[in-house]
Amino acid sequence: MIALALPAQDSGTFTPPGIDQMHLPAILPWGASDGFSKQMLLVILSVVIIASFFVAAARKQQLVPGKLQFAGEMAYGFVRNSIAKDIIGGRDFMKFVPLLFSLFFFILVNNIYGAIPVIQLPSFSHVGGAYVLAAVVYITWIGIGIKKNGLKYFKLATVPSGVPWYILPIVVPIEIISNFMVRPVTHSLRLFATMMAGHLIVMIAGSGIEFLVMQENVLLKGASVLVLVGAVAMYMLEALIMVLQAYVFTLLTAIYIEGALHADSH
Amino acid sequence: MNQQIISAAAQGAAESANPLLPNPWEMGVVLAGFAVLFYIVVKFVVPMFEKTFAERAEAIEGGIAKAEKAQAEASAALEEYKQQLHDARAEANRIREEARAEGAQILAELKAKAAVESARITEQAHAQIESERQAAVVALRSEVGTLATTLAERIVGESLSDDERAARVVDRFLADLETQSAGAAK
Repeated sequence: MIALALPAQDSGTFTPPGIDQMHLPAILPWGASDGFSKQMLLVILSVVIIASFFVAAARKQQLVPGKLQFAGEMAYGFVRNSIAKDIIGGRDFMKFVPLLFSLFFFILVNNIYGAIPVIQLPSFSHVGGAYVLAAVVYITWIGIGIKKNGLKYFKLATVPSGVPWYILPIVVPIEIISNFMVRPVTHSLRLFATMMAGHLIVMIAGSGIEFLVMQENVLLKGASVLVLVGAVAMYMLEALIMVLQAYVFTLLTAIYIEGALHADSH
Repeated sequence: MNQQIISAAAQGAAESANPLLPNPWEMGVVLAGFAVLFYIVVKFVVPMFEKTFAERAEAIEGGIAKAEKAQAEASAALEEYKQQLHDARAEANRIREEARAEGAQILAELKAKAAVESARITEQAHAQIESERQAAVVALRSEVGTLATTLAERIVGESLSDDERAARVVDRFLADLETQSAGAAK
């Protein structure tokens, strides 16, 4: 926050923090503009958190679960039943449960970081991670489509059945663009943009409060309370969006996989 | 100094990193982290949870199935016992019936045997009596002549003068005869 506060200190005009302040100095080497960043540390931490929690919860394997095991089973059951089973369907959903489960909790924990004081940094406010996950999903569902239907899959995915032939010249390019080009982009940017915007709002609110508190004018000082109230409301909304985006990303993954599996019936 | 920072920030914003351009190192960390997480999930978390779920489902369904099986076994056993009881009763009835029939048969047989035996004994007695009668007739027939002759001799030998004497002779003769036959009977 120190870095954010600097531009606003003692100055007459408020300079809101921008995209550049999204990039914190590196941890290792400390303070360098490039290197091992806080994001990277948080990503690695998230893997440790998720893996240790679920291994600990699943390890006991008791028929009557304890609190930890029950919580783990609830979380696992949510992805397994409410996402994988409901979207992909009863016969072959089990194969994709590990991927959906990993995606959901990886994104969830990395998003929730943004709502935890001190950490306060969703990992996907940097676009790289979102690109990687969307790419993994993109390769996965295209691979599933080809494995299931052969190269005929591309025809199935781009030529909708039951469309008159004279509309096909319009429909096919649209399908190609929407399915194979836009889909991974929106998939990754949706996650990145919401997280970045959320983080940016937190930064702006923070620096805004700081700026107002620094003012000589008592009224302006008092106005910082309004910003604080707004910031808390935005914080709540962000927390909701963090969970929601993890769910949306995983749900879309399940929908893409389902579409690739049953391309012949779409 | 502040001005400198602001201008630096502004300058940075102008040429600033496009937020859509990823940091390759971050991408690498996310990919590696996700791969590790995915491996752990595939290898440990999902199999363990699925095993627990399966065991639980089996425990519940197995319990129901076991109870159903026990009930089926119990009702089968009850049915068997009823059947056995019924069989046993039928068997007892049969045996009683058989015994009764057998007893009646034995009785009838004995009756028949007794009748045969009595008939045989009667027959034998008749035959014996007949043969004895025959023998008596034969003996009598041979004796009567002798007796008559003897009697005649005595009568003649006593001189047949008076009736009283004749009567005495006859009486004596008969008494002799009687003692004779009594001696013979002895």
